[in-house]
Amino acid sequence: MTDYLIKGATLSDDRTTDILIGGGVVKALGSNLSEVAATEIDASGLLALPGLVDLHTHLREPGFEGSETVLTGSRAAAKGGFTAVNAMANSSPVADTAGVVEQVQALGDRAGYVTVRPIGAVSQGLAGTHLSEIGAMATSRARVRVFSDDGSCVADPLLMRRALEYIKGFGGVLAQHAQEPRLTIGAQMNEGELSATLGLAGWPAVAEEAIIARDVLLAHHVGARLHVCHVSTAGSVEVIRWAKSRGFDVTAEVTPHHLLLTEDLVSTYDARYKVNPPLRRSEDVEALRAALADGTIDIVATDHAPHTAEAKSCEWDNAANGMVGLESALSVVQKTMVDTGLLGWQDVERVLSLKPAAIGRVEGQGQVIGVGSPAEITLYDRSVTRSFDVGDLAGKSINSPYLERELPGRVEATFHGGYATVLGGRLVDESLVAEHALAVASR
Amino acid sequence: MVNAGDGTHEHPTQALLDAFTMRRRLHGLASRGQDLDGVRVLIVGDILHSRVARSNAWLLKTLGAEVAFVAPPTLIPNGVAAFGVDVHYDLDEALAAVRPDVVMMLRIQQERMNAAFFPNGREYARSWGLSAERFRGLGEKTLVMHPGPMNRGLEISDEAADSPQSTVLEQVTNGVAVRMAVLYLTLAAANQGAL
Ligand SMILES: [Zn+2]
Repeated sequence: MTDYLIKGATLSDDRTTDILIGGGVVKALGSNLSEVAATEIDASGLLALPGLVDLHTHLREPGFEGSETVLTGSRAAAKGGFTAVNAMANSSPVADTAGVVEQVQALGDRAGYVTVRPIGAVSQGLAGTHLSEIGAMATSRARVRVFSDDGSCVADPLLMRRALEYIKGFGGVLAQHAQEPRLTIGAQMNEGELSATLGLAGWPAVAEEAIIARDVLLAHHVGARLHVCHVSTAGSVEVIRWAKSRGFDVTAEVTPHHLLLTEDLVSTYDARYKVNPPLRRSEDVEALRAALADGTIDIVATDHAPHTAEAKSCEWDNAANGMVGLESALSVVQKTMVDTGLLGWQDVERVLSLKPAAIGRVEGQGQVIGVGSPAEITLYDRSVTRSFDVGDLAGKSINSPYLERELPGRVEATFHGGYATVLGGRLVDESLVAEHALAVASR
Repeated sequence: MVNAGDGTHEHPTQALLDAFTMRRRLHGLASRGQDLDGVRVLIVGDILHSRVARSNAWLLKTLGAEVAFVAPPTLIPNGVAAFGVDVHYDLDEALAAVRPDVVMMLRIQQERMNAAFFPNGREYARSWGLSAERFRGLGEKTLVMHPGPMNRGLEISDEAADSPQSTVLEQVTNGVAVRMAVLYLTLAAANQGAL
C-alpha cells in the first residue's frame, strides 16, 4: 500500500502545507516535502480537513437492503468526505443485541470505506418498554458507546431515566429522537398556518421541545450525558441554551436539511421533502443557524435516511420519512454557514469532525491534522459551484432534496486509514478498498 | 385537472355548488353574474378535518362573503389565522355576533369522539349542534346548509334540516349541475376556444 504526499493543501487555519501520510498516520507536514516512494496528489487550492464523522446515519442493513447496505452507505459517506459513520439501530432485526452490532461493525470493517460504529438500541425492538442489552453491546467487540431508539422517541419518562442511568455506567451517551408520540399521531408536516391550509396533520414544535425540556432535566438529575438528535425548532434551541447555561451535560445536533430547507416545500407534495422531524419555518432555520454558530448546537449530523423509489413515489401521507444526506452535507454546511459568514472552516472542522467524534467516543477520528494524527483526511474544493445531481450520489437510494439545486463545493479526495477511498472526486473501486482495509486490519 | 376532493385538504366542486346554491337562494332568477358581497356565512363544526370548510373559506371570501368559523378549539386547525376569517368557540355567541345569512353545518364523524376532540355526542350537540331552539332563533331568511350526509340529532336537528330554510336537497341537485359544468369546461372548453 502506497504512502501519499498531498501537495499544497490548505488547512482549516489557512496554512498551506504538504501532508505526507503513511502507516495510517500523518508522517510529516511542511512545504516542499518530497518522498520518492509516495503517490503525489496535487492539492493546490484544496482544503484539507480531518475526515468527517457522522453521528447519525441510517445504513439500513440488516433488513432493509433494498434502500441501503453497510457497503453502499459507506460509499455514500466516503463520497461526502466522511471517514466514520455511526449507524442507527432501527434495522431489522433491531440492533438491540451484541450479535447485531457486531455484525454491522464487521460489515463496515470489511467494506473499508469508513469506520462504521454501530449505535445500540435503548429499548428492545425500539418498543420503548424494556431496556435492550446495553451492557452486552457495550462490552461486545463492537464496543457500543452511543445508544438511541432513533425513529422512535424514548417517551416513557421512567424508562428514559433508567436508560440514562444505566448507559452512564458504560461511559456511553443516549441520543434522543425527541418526539412526544401522543402529540404527533399521524403527523405529516410542521404544524402551523401551512398545515392548516393544506389540511395535513400537524407535527407541533412543542412535541419536540417538551421532550427535550424533560430530558435535559432528567439527565442533569441523574448525572448522565444526553445528546439531542436533529434539533428542528427555535424553541428547542432556547431549551438547550438554557440547559447549557446551567452546566448540564447536554449536546445537540442539527441536520443539513434543517439548516437550509423550509416547510413551504411541502406544498409541492414532492415526498423527497418529507422528513421527521419535519421541515420547519424560516424563523426556525435562522435560529438553528445562529445556534450552530454560537455553539448551542454542537454538531451537524446528516440523518442520512435512504428509501426506495416505491417508498417515496406515492401520495404524501403514505410516503416514508427521510432523505439521503451524506454526499451533500459538507456542501450544504458551506452554503448555509460558511458562505453566510456564520462559521469559519475551523468551526466546520469542529462541528463535522472533532466534536461528533468526541460525543460518540469514536476512536482514531476527529483529530486536527498534525504530525502523528490519524490519516483520516478529506480534500475539499470550496471554490466550485455546481448543480447537484444523481451522479453526485453514491448510495443505493436517490431521495435527495438537493437534486438540481446549486450547491457549492465538492469533495475531491478522502483518505481513511491511510488509503484513498475517493480520488479525483470518484470513489475508489470497492475491491481495492476492501483489500486495503484488510491490510490495515492485519497491520 | 380538477381536484374532486382530497383528504382533509380541499373540495373545490363542493364549494362551487355551495356558492351556487347561496346565489340562487339569495338572488333568485337574477343570480346570474351576482356575487356574494356582504353575505355573512358562519361555518360550524369540524373545521380541522373538513375539506369543505377549507374550500368554502377561500371561494366565499373571493366572492365577497364574510366568513366565520365556530367550533370547539380542538376542531380548529392550529394555524387557522392563514384563512383570515373570524374564529369563535361558542355557537350562541357566534350566532349573535355574526347574525349570519347562511349557517353551514359540518358533519361530525364518530371517530372524533374517541380521539378526545370533545367528551361525547351529547355535549357536542348541546354546545355546537343546530338544535330546534337555536334554529328558531335564526333570522327567518337565514339559510341552513349541510354538505351531507347528516347526523340528525348530533350536529343538526330535524327541524332545521327539514325546514324551508334548509338547502340540503338543493345542494345535492345543484351538485350534479355544477359538476357537469366543471367537467364540460374542463374537457370541452380547450377545444372550442372562448365560450
Ligand atoms: Zn430521528
